[in-house]
Amino acid sequence: MYIYDQYDQRIVDERVAQFRDQTRRYLAGELSDAEFLPLRLQNGLYVQRLAPMLRIAVPYGLLSSKQVRKLAHITRHYDKGYAHVSTRQNIQLNWPLLEEVPDILAELASVQMHAIQTSGNCIRNTTTDQFAGVAADEREDPRPWCEIIRQWSTLHPEFAFLPRKFKIAVCASEEDRAAIHAHDIGVELLPNAAGELGFKVLVGGGLGRTPVMGSVICEWLEKRHLLTYLESILRVYNQHGRRDNKYKARIKILVKAMGIDAFRDAVEAEWALLKDGPSTLTECEITRAQSFFTSPAYAALDGRSSQEALAARAATDPIFGNWLARNTRAHRVPGYRAVTISLKATGIAPGDVTDRQLELLADLADRYSFGELRTTHQQNMVLADVEEAALYELWQHLQKAGLATANIGYITDLICCPGGDYCSLANAKSIPVAEAIQARFEDLDYLYDLGPVELNISGCMNACGHHHIGHIGILGVDKKGAEFYQVSLGGSQSKDAAIGKILGPSFSQEAVPDVVENLLGTFVSLREGEETFLQTYNRVGIEPFKERVYAKAD
Amino acid sequence: MPKLIKNDAVSSDSWQRALPDSDQLAKGHFPTLAQWQAATETLPTVQLQPGDEVVTLVEALDTLELIAVDFPVFTDGRGFSYARELRQRGYRGELRATGEFMPDQVHYLRRCGFDAFQPADASRIEEYLRQLRVFSEHYQASVDEPLPLFRRRDSESQLA
Ligand code: HEM
Ligand code: SF4
Repeated sequence: MYIYDQYDQRIVDERVAQFRDQTRRYLAGELSDAEFLPLRLQNGLYVQRLAPMLRIAVPYGLLSSKQVRKLAHITRHYDKGYAHVSTRQNIQLNWPLLEEVPDILAELASVQMHAIQTSGNCIRNTTTDQFAGVAADEREDPRPWCEIIRQWSTLHPEFAFLPRKFKIAVCASEEDRAAIHAHDIGVELLPNAAGELGFKVLVGGGLGRTPVMGSVICEWLEKRHLLTYLESILRVYNQHGRRDNKYKARIKILVKAMGIDAFRDAVEAEWALLKDGPSTLTECEITRAQSFFTSPAYAALDGRSSQEALAARAATDPIFGNWLARNTRAHRVPGYRAVTISLKATGIAPGDVTDRQLELLADLADRYSFGELRTTHQQNMVLADVEEAALYELWQHLQKAGLATANIGYITDLICCPGGDYCSLANAKSIPVAEAIQARFEDLDYLYDLGPVELNISGCMNACGHHHIGHIGILGVDKKGAEFYQVSLGGSQSKDAAIGKILGPSFSQEAVPDVVENLLGTFVSLREGEETFLQTYNRVGIEPFKERVYAKAD
Repeated sequence: MPKLIKNDAVSSDSWQRALPDSDQLAKGHFPTLAQWQAATETLPTVQLQPGDEVVTLVEALDTLELIAVDFPVFTDGRGFSYARELRQRGYRGELRATGEFMPDQVHYLRRCGFDAFQPADASRIEEYLRQLRVFSEHYQASVDEPLPLFRRRDSESQLA
């Protein structure tokens, strides 16, 4: 993974000193609330219902065991002993004290971490595929490019006061595991006709109140032009994005208003000033960035014998077999698998992980996966490089710690925002809804029979839980002061990205598990062969689901 | 006289922010873009507001001596891009930030090409001065450091 040199370290250290000084001035009354607001947001600090919330950047989801131990330490000493993995691969703390945030940032800086630009109207953490570097369908490792974008966007002098927040995602494989269509800019590494890898660039995607899928602004861009091209897009947005209404301020609204062709022309005009200038990437820099993401020292293994042994184990221990089938996936190197650690055990807020669990995961990463861990935008964690022969042992450790829920990709592996329990913007709670749904689908045979279903819950239209792109989306709405839930169907975050359609009138909290059960019952009765929920939905449309759910509700 | 920071020191001169609502040029105030365009002679100064098009000035960049970019509220970051673009298009004269920007923004403003800072509230002028250089290293190319960090790293590794 990327290792700081003296320059990276100096920048992060100076940032800590700056924020310490800002916090001191704020507490001394030298900075007003209004002035401190963007300054604290750009260091990840929200002021929430119960306490401030601190969002710590996990650049493109990659963590070393040392960093994970530091996070465990921070949650224990400065918070209540647990952390939350967000849908943008970051880590959130729910209970820090404002006065202690500078110390937390200093602790983070000591392990090459920070909270820079994790909120506020600036360029946020760049996200990517949680299986980067190990996925069999990958064209090239996207992480060096994420790191190049991270450095360019960190404390960028021109883009710290944008009309609105700005999110970039990079993917490099056929299956889009980074939801690039739902980002302000989505970048896909892909070959041109001559077979040379470059970037396809999408712009103007985003969820929130007005969900929009990104449009193609550039079919293929030479690698060295990446930063000047991104800078041109940002400059057009910074100059022309709306600032009169925060719900119309995202780049998606500007792109829609101008039309993608006029927007592209404006970007090209800016690009004429920047192209081939000093920010053009050099071979030396690309090679330097790539040098941090080389393969670890994999053993030369005979994949076949370890797979036979695994199959035998799975046959004698079906609980292990379930986990093996659901929570591990193929690796490009024979004899290895990538393991997803489910943070979706029933009864625990989706994405929450305790200090003890973090420490255990750090130890397991050292023992079984070259000392690295990853966070995923589905709010889970990943050990990406585990020898197949070690899987059984690893599973036993995970099981003892409550980290072996065998549900990855199934309905109980749902995405959920903090909602009304923590968030002051919420219309409704989301964690209890998640829990009630998980409890309803405890029966594993039924769960697996349903096949892959993505269910996403947001407590309000800000869409932190990505409800628009869930196969089933649940959105908290306010109906005359009471908490209700609107359900949508057919969203998707992958290559066939789509925004879900609203089913109809909203439901009370108690009704939601029944509604979900009815939706899935409808699916099971209409399913042909091995169809997934989404495939059946795409074939039959929303009507049969509507009929069944509202007939029952009457 | 309004206080400002120029050449890294506190000084003052007589320029005041533009009066956008008047057709007439008010003495001592920067002309707005509209006033500048309407003037019969070529005026050496102008003040841009958020929403103005920088390209309007392209033909006059050699003759302009002082361009002020106004920040009516500190959260409106358009002026950062205006500055960058003016410098990139070859403007060499004084580039002055005026208005409601806050001390914690001047290091970014400076990197975008501003070389003078005239905050509306001059009572904290020493704080503005202190904030000019809170970072000693940066990743990006900028007006005060035309090479991005990666190019400087490149030349180091070639020397090594
Ligand atoms: C509890 C404190 C939180 C607050 C106050 C908050 C606030 C917001 C707001 C206001 C937006 C909408 C921005 C816009 O549309 O431009 C937003 C979007 C978003 N939030 Fe949160 N959020 C919180 C927690 C979280 C958490 C815990 C996650 C991850 C699980 C998250 C993930 C996201 C994502 C992914 C979006 C972007 C959706 C999009 O693309 O428009 N947020 N958040
Ligand atoms: S979706 Fe709404 S309720 Fe949920 S975290 Fe975001 S802002 Fe809060």
